[in-house]
Amino acid sequence: MIDQGASDLTLVSNNCGSGEIGLAALLKAGRVRKVICSFPRTANSTVFPELYRSGKCELELTPQGTLAERIRAGGAGIPAFYTPSAVGTPLGEGKETRSFDGRDYLLEHALRADFALIKGRAADTHGNVVYHKTARNFGPIMAMAADVAIVQARSVLAPGGIDPEAVVTPGIFVERVVQVAEPAHESELVAAGATYP
Amino acid sequence: MMPGATNFGWTREQMAERVAVDILDGSYVNLGIGLPELVAGFIPKDRTVIYHTENGMIGMGGSPGQGEGDPELINAGKRPVTELPGAAYFHHADSFAMIRGGHIDLSVLGALQVACNGDLANWSTGEPDAIPAVGGAMDLCAGVKRVCVITTHCTKSGEPKLVDACTLPLTGLGVVDRIYTELAVIDVTPEGFRLVELAPGVTFDDVRQRTGAPLLQKLEHAERIAP
Repeated sequence: MIDQGASDLTLVSNNCGSGEIGLAALLKAGRVRKVICSFPRTANSTVFPELYRSGKCELELTPQGTLAERIRAGGAGIPAFYTPSAVGTPLGEGKETRSFDGRDYLLEHALRADFALIKGRAADTHGNVVYHKTARNFGPIMAMAADVAIVQARSVLAPGGIDPEAVVTPGIFVERVVQVAEPAHESELVAAGATYP
Repeated sequence: MMPGATNFGWTREQMAERVAVDILDGSYVNLGIGLPELVAGFIPKDRTVIYHTENGMIGMGGSPGQGEGDPELINAGKRPVTELPGAAYFHHADSFAMIRGGHIDLSVLGALQVACNGDLANWSTGEPDAIPAVGGAMDLCAGVKRVCVITTHCTKSGEPKLVDACTLPLTGLGVVDRIYTELAVIDVTPEGFRLVELAPGVTFDDVRQRTGAPLLQKLEHAERIAP
């Protein structure tokens, strides 16, 4: 995306990247106007804190489960939902509150995106995807909630190459698949002090 | 040393061990990052505890051996972990459905402040230049069946962390059930803080003097293991 030149972006992610690669590199390149996330303060994360403190990047902080459910709702045609998370806290201030069975809940709105960038283990040419361990993460719900879901997979198989019973993201949610046989891992790049560009 | 600071009572490991005593066989448990993670090392050998990590796994095991980790098998703190037999992976919305939907039995969290009505503050120091970061703490508080806190009794400067009312930004209202510090185990009850157990060599007055809200004496027939 740095090479492609997109700018004035809104990022939806759980954190703001690590080191100076990936999301952190995109932030450092000044391409991001706003971040919607739950935890922008991870270890090895220095780029976002500097931008935030100098007012160069807006932050919409959302509890992690609310972020996940907003994305899921966005992909499922649900415009908003009530959740008990953040009731009575600063993150609940100004939000519509409603009581069900004597307990208070906040109204939270769905999130959708123009593009989702997703990492899978294998995909087939119909866009069916299986993931690898905890790298599944937000992938399946982000695929549902984006106009164009782009999946990077170690292998791209012919239809039938993935057991239909094992498909995690059905291909209807995926627009493009890209084969990257030996993907780099963020933690290894950060440990090696890699930067981009 | 400031008046509230302590250098007696349980060590960090003994605090974690004391938390582990209360975790029942067969529980589904989510441990917060940092001190709560130590608890996993002290579960009695005759109990099976199933760990959930909010980034999308249940049946999480401990750290892999040197050089054996998989960068795509990590916990919520981004540390390498392992997969136990019977483990399952799932996406974030399912992971938080487990949390918010009341499917997890116990959450062990750190704290900046706990109030005597169970309010918890553990995500923001409230300082103007702090980068706010909340993660899954508010969802855990809102949905897990039992929420326990493991924390030092006072801050580094000696201020009580157990208080009448939280002054820091809240994580959840009336959510904490039990608190484990280096000095004592304390329950949050409808009447306020109540002592459950003292660390060896610590007196009721030691704890009371370092607690920022009234502390009730231990019940005569208190059960050591949580319900």
